Amino acid sequence: MTSSAPTAAQSRAARNRARLLRTMLPALSMTLILLAIAWLNPRAISYFGFSLMLNLAIPIALATIAQMFVITINELDLSIGTFVGFVGCVTATWLHDAPVLGVLVLLASIGVYAGLGALIHLRNLPSIVVTLGMSFVWQGLAILILPKPGGAAPDWLKGLMGLKVPFVPFPIVAAIVIALVVHFGLMRSAYGTVLRGAGGNPQAIGRAGWSLLKTKVVMFALTGTFGVISGMALIGITTSGDANIGNGYTLLSIAGVILGGGEFVGGRVSPIGAVIGALTLALAASPLLTFMNIPPDWQVAANGVILISVLAARALISRKGA
Amino acid sequence: MPSFAKLFATPWIWSFLGALIVWLAAVIFTGGHGAGGMITAALSLAVFTVIVGLGQMFVITLGPGNVDLSLPANIGLASAVAMKTMDGQDSLIALGLLAALACGVVIGLANYALIRVLRIPPIIATLSSSFIILSTDIHYGRGLQIKPPDSFADFANVQFFGVPILGLFGVALAVVAWAGLQKMVYGRSVLAIGQNMRAAKLAGIPVERVRLLTYTLSGALGGINGALLAGYFRGASVDIGNEYLLSSIAVVVIGGTSVAGGKANVPGIWGASLFLVLLLTMLNTFGVSAGLRLLLTGLIIVGVITAAGGHKTGR
Repeated sequence: MTSSAPTAAQSRAARNRARLLRTMLPALSMTLILLAIAWLNPRAISYFGFSLMLNLAIPIALATIAQMFVITINELDLSIGTFVGFVGCVTATWLHDAPVLGVLVLLASIGVYAGLGALIHLRNLPSIVVTLGMSFVWQGLAILILPKPGGAAPDWLKGLMGLKVPFVPFPIVAAIVIALVVHFGLMRSAYGTVLRGAGGNPQAIGRAGWSLLKTKVVMFALTGTFGVISGMALIGITTSGDANIGNGYTLLSIAGVILGGGEFVGGRVSPIGAVIGALTLALAASPLLTFMNIPPDWQVAANGVILISVLAARALISRKGA
Repeated sequence: MPSFAKLFATPWIWSFLGALIVWLAAVIFTGGHGAGGMITAALSLAVFTVIVGLGQMFVITLGPGNVDLSLPANIGLASAVAMKTMDGQDSLIALGLLAALACGVVIGLANYALIRVLRIPPIIATLSSSFIILSTDIHYGRGLQIKPPDSFADFANVQFFGVPILGLFGVALAVVAWAGLQKMVYGRSVLAIGQNMRAAKLAGIPVERVRLLTYTLSGALGGINGALLAGYFRGASVDIGNEYLLSSIAVVVIGGTSVAGGKANVPGIWGASLFLVLLLTMLNTFGVSAGLRLLLTGLIIVGVITAAGGHKTGR
């Protein structure tokens, strides 16, 4: 902190402004992308247009929230993508044919996630490597369950994901609900604060008498839970399963959390930002680029460019505020 | 036996032991057939993991958060660059290798620029750059299978008494990496930065120059790997490097390098690479399905990490 010419009050005001700008950045970047879409194709900004563009945004947002839970406690889940694929395969087969078995398998997979949290904490293991190994496990299981793309989504799930809400497209409603539920759970509740504290200052949380083991288990179980919901939502939209369907979600979810203002260490995350980040990536993923006549070769690159520009803007703001 | 105790206290011995066990399991299953052939094949295949594993090791040793996720895309682009430059002609082989190396160096420099100038965490920086590299590769390679010159492909597959020339190259590279890590100022600086970046900076180590070198090194090794892979498999392709995202990180950790940084292990990279390749060989000789093979690979990786783990780690 520089303590030269400006008074303390002034520099505090500047810091607050920078912090506000930082908080607004995810929303700002999404607005920019929406403006670009509106400019290139005004008809896309409509009930139908949004339903179409944000079609796959819900599973991505859910996977991003899942990733956010582990990032909160300074861990990383490199298996979330294949896990979503595994859940998709279970949903398209067992949940459709034998619902009781399907539900039990999905609950058990959440149990596996909770167990991983305990394992990582007790043996002091790097989560990157454990989840890397688990990504093989989930993909292997998915292929064993569904060797070829196929299966069918349960009708109630198809009905739910195809819901028509008056005036506001369903994906937007769902995104708002997800963001608010997680926001109040993690950012506003008493135990949510403890969970974030376990990422920010584990020693302090431990000395205050909270079980760090329990926070890890809870956070990993939450990741598993949202992974399950993400996989089910995905199958509700695509109506059939594929073992590789979620592979891209690992990197997308990490990017979404960071785009939404989250940080890798210190328990600094934002559920609302994460959902906005996921929506931004979903919007940027293809519709915008087809409007801009960007050839498909360069669509993946566009995601990279968006990530870099948003983070560059954030770095610029932070430097000014510091 | 103090010498034995000392040997078993070294972290890398376990990865070689693991490799030996899976090899024996495969040999017992086949009744002794193809035991040597398995080793020859494993030596060749493991080299590709060793090359990128060494690059990843230096990066990870820099400390928590440092990782190079752009390696797969880098390998893919470099393989296409090398094959296009060689254009199937023997006289252009050296130029092609050089082009692949340059391609990797540029990617490494770009990664570092993103990390340094834009202050992006390395995971996200290398992830974003990998998106851009991937697109470049798709555009540049046009999905074509570009063939290497025959003599380059033959060279990549040459063996002396069952020892593949690539294996020798991999061993030589590992020796150089070991010397670089343990005996040179550069390597000691990487270790110091990984242990405590602030202390390293205060001690006068040019932290940023070392990080620049490290990311460039990782990029360069990725580039070389791309060219060699294209030679060995007789053709470049966009997804030729895909498996090296996971395996490059896995061999670093299984080999005894700390994910928290500041502690690296070169022999372990070789042991872990052999272990992973022989594990796959074993599962293949058992004739298990693709799904089961993935499942078992994953479980074994998690099992090995759990058994070997327990160092103090940040992430």
